[in-house]
Amino acid sequence: MSGRVLVGVKRVIDYAVKIRVKPDNSGVVTDGVKHSMNPFCEIAVEEAVKLKEKKLIKEVVAVSCGPQQSQETIRTALAMGADRGIHVEVSGKDYEALGPLQVSKILAALAKKEEAQLVILGKQAIDDDCNQTGQMTAALLDWPQGTFASEVSLEGDKVKVVREIDGGLETIKINTPAVLTADLRLNTPRYATLPNIMKAKKKKVVNMKPADLGVDVATRLEVLRVDEPPQRQAGVKVETVEDLVGKLKETGRI
Amino acid sequence: MLLRKVSQSSALCGAILRIPPALSAGQRQAGAVQNARLYASQAAEAVLEKPAAVGADAASAVEKKSAAAESKSFAVNIFKGQIATPQVFPFPSALNEEQEQFLRELVGPVSKFFEEVNDPAKNDALEMVEDHTMEGLKEMGAFGLQVPADLGGLGLSNTQYARLVEIVGSHDLGVGITLGAHQSIGFKGILLFGNKAQKEKYLPKVATGEHIAAFCLTEPASGSDAASIKTTAVQSPCGKYFTLNGSKIWISNGGIAEIFTVFAKTPLKDPKTGEVKDKITAFVVEKSFGGVTHGPPEKKMGIKASNTAEVYFDNVTVPAECVLGEVGGGFKVAMNILNNGRFGMAAALSGTMKAVIAKAVDHAANRTQFGSKIHTYGTIQEKLARMALMQYVTESMAYMISGNMDSGATEFQIEAAISKIFASEAAWVVTDECIQVMGGMGFMKDTGLERVMRDLRIFRIFEGTNDILRLFVALNGFQSAGTQLKSLQKALKNPLGNAGVLAEELTKRAKRKAGLGTGLTLQGSVHPELAPSAELTVKAIEQFGAVIEELLIKHGKKIIDEQFVLNRVAECAINLYAMVVVLSRASRSLTQGQASAEHEKVLCETWCMEAHDRVLNDIKLLRSAESKKLFKNLRGISTAMVDNGGVVAPHPLGF
Repeated sequence: MSGRVLVGVKRVIDYAVKIRVKPDNSGVVTDGVKHSMNPFCEIAVEEAVKLKEKKLIKEVVAVSCGPQQSQETIRTALAMGADRGIHVEVSGKDYEALGPLQVSKILAALAKKEEAQLVILGKQAIDDDCNQTGQMTAALLDWPQGTFASEVSLEGDKVKVVREIDGGLETIKINTPAVLTADLRLNTPRYATLPNIMKAKKKKVVNMKPADLGVDVATRLEVLRVDEPPQRQAGVKVETVEDLVGKLKETGRI
Repeated sequence: MLLRKVSQSSALCGAILRIPPALSAGQRQAGAVQNARLYASQAAEAVLEKPAAVGADAASAVEKKSAAAESKSFAVNIFKGQIATPQVFPFPSALNEEQEQFLRELVGPVSKFFEEVNDPAKNDALEMVEDHTMEGLKEMGAFGLQVPADLGGLGLSNTQYARLVEIVGSHDLGVGITLGAHQSIGFKGILLFGNKAQKEKYLPKVATGEHIAAFCLTEPASGSDAASIKTTAVQSPCGKYFTLNGSKIWISNGGIAEIFTVFAKTPLKDPKTGEVKDKITAFVVEKSFGGVTHGPPEKKMGIKASNTAEVYFDNVTVPAECVLGEVGGGFKVAMNILNNGRFGMAAALSGTMKAVIAKAVDHAANRTQFGSKIHTYGTIQEKLARMALMQYVTESMAYMISGNMDSGATEFQIEAAISKIFASEAAWVVTDECIQVMGGMGFMKDTGLERVMRDLRIFRIFEGTNDILRLFVALNGFQSAGTQLKSLQKALKNPLGNAGVLAEELTKRAKRKAGLGTGLTLQGSVHPELAPSAELTVKAIEQFGAVIEELLIKHGKKIIDEQFVLNRVAECAINLYAMVVVLSRASRSLTQGQASAEHEKVLCETWCMEAHDRVLNDIKLLRSAESKKLFKNLRGISTAMVDNGGVVAPHPLGF
């Protein structure tokens, strides 16, 4: 095993930003909007860096697929402790249509190319909430998967994963190489400190295109419409039970 | 013919000829007593960096030379009724691509730290920065923002520093002062004046926050009058060390610092006269030298999280290598440190304003009274609009000055002083109005505005009170205007040889008197859509230049005692500088076609309209006979109060 961890970091609209839908309903407004690393990806980076600090792995490689600005997200991962970055540049129409399947193909190709022992991803991104990339990547690679991880321990060529499931916690042990996805309680990500951001400037980021990895990013999905959640309508106050029953009848509820 | 023109305007010539004695070189010595008093105050720092203060050493020769050369400072030039655009147009963009990229990466983590880790209310209640926050800030690198990267810091430019300090200011001014007292003044002297050995010895440890730094100038009997300090440093006969004795008060970080920049009087022998005189010298003093102790943390109105304490020096042995700058050159060191740090306050406070404004706007947009959201009422609209204006001006000043500094400007002391005055007063008014918009809610502690209000109060007092800085602005301006008049006087002695100059000056004055433009213009610098605002600014500058000359002619050197006048002159200069910074910034936005350009245009127009009127009103008062009466009344009322130990009029009820 190479002792290398590949971490996916996605650039998304910052969680604190109030999302606005474009007037033509084709998507959400991204121009001039603050972006940052997907919070679940931060957890994934933190876990990988921790494994490295425990000397259980040798190298952490941060990958981001997207436009030029995705490099900023990679830089954040480098400032948190990743060793080097890979920027798979996807822009324009291709970027708009980029979904879990396309990203999975890219990640799977990179995992093979880099001979990764682990691929650690966030369980989902806060923009599209797909929660599919980890699973698809594992399937494409035909590797075991440990999703929704709240505890990860690397034991030789196996990895023990405590998973958060509906009924409680499930502990599994899987062979590596494997794909893991990070849940909220896996760890508390560190802050990128300013001196580390400065040092990260010296770390390498390789730029490539999906085609360089032999990946076709053509999409099979078409987004028809994006709408804002419906606004809650104002209610009315009723004085008596009779009034209430009358109103309900009026609106045809009873 | 030119000669005849000159002699025809004999009244004017006479007037010009009458002033110079007050300002001529020959009078410098005579003015020394006067100067000595002023030397004391920061107000006169520049006036005092003249020969009278330092003696005829090489340094002052250089200064004299540069003062004689054409100044590029906008503020200096308006006092001469001139417009110098290089430092103000176009709005400076001092970051190269790499610096901008780096700064972009820094802004996120710093904001996040202040949003998620730092708790301003808790720091305020504990009267200290929480331990884990302090540790976090150190790890963050926040203590060494401008220390060169090879000495363990981040090597930030002034503009980059301003942007990060703005974030600190928007969240917690107590933490801001802890950081600012450390790097904006605490060890800034080592950055600016330290030699290689001093830099290598001290900067790595202060950059990481392992050692905290403090700036020790103020003493019990020496506040604004910085030159009157009593702390002494006596050199040993062998010359290898100094013995430091004295006490300093209200020292930010005084109780937690390891490294102190200390100002003390050292007896120096004048090589020419053999006379021994006390001169101020700056020292780097380590707590570990021994004999350095401090008092308990002071109880304060605001910025409680920041440590303030007395610091005592009891027979401290300070090695001669610890002299910062030159022996006897300490006043210059102190003033340069303060001058170089003032833009940071404007940056921090523009952040503070932005944060409190967001609260007021949120409240105004959602609060319903009398059946409508309160932001639909004119009263609230005017308040919000004025908040935006003041924030816009402050922010523009901060980045214009930091940009000027980064592009190597050396003359920005008037501008820096203006930015400190404006920012601290604007932030106070804006926060006060935010509380007003929020009504009772604003008065509640949990809203967080009362803490900001308390924290802000000190900004009008420390690092040169606004009152002293106003005198500083006015006197600095008068000094350069005086120099110009002096050269005009020289020209008059040889009218034939200087016919061109004289004709130009006389025409300028004649035109000004006739209410005609003197040819000053901002055309070409300002975006055409802002032409009316530019015109207002030019008109105000013309009138200002004229009144400065009239005042110089009227008061001569006694102008330095006319504080009623000086304060109004400073007020005009502040307004004029504010006008030009917004003209510059709004012009840039219009040129770049930014989405906010139209809004900024309106901000600029509004500001210029009102500022023009304020300036002209002040000028009108200064020219009027009533001003004499007014100032006399004010003086009289004050004197009576002092004689009476308080207000003079008896109670209306008679008891």
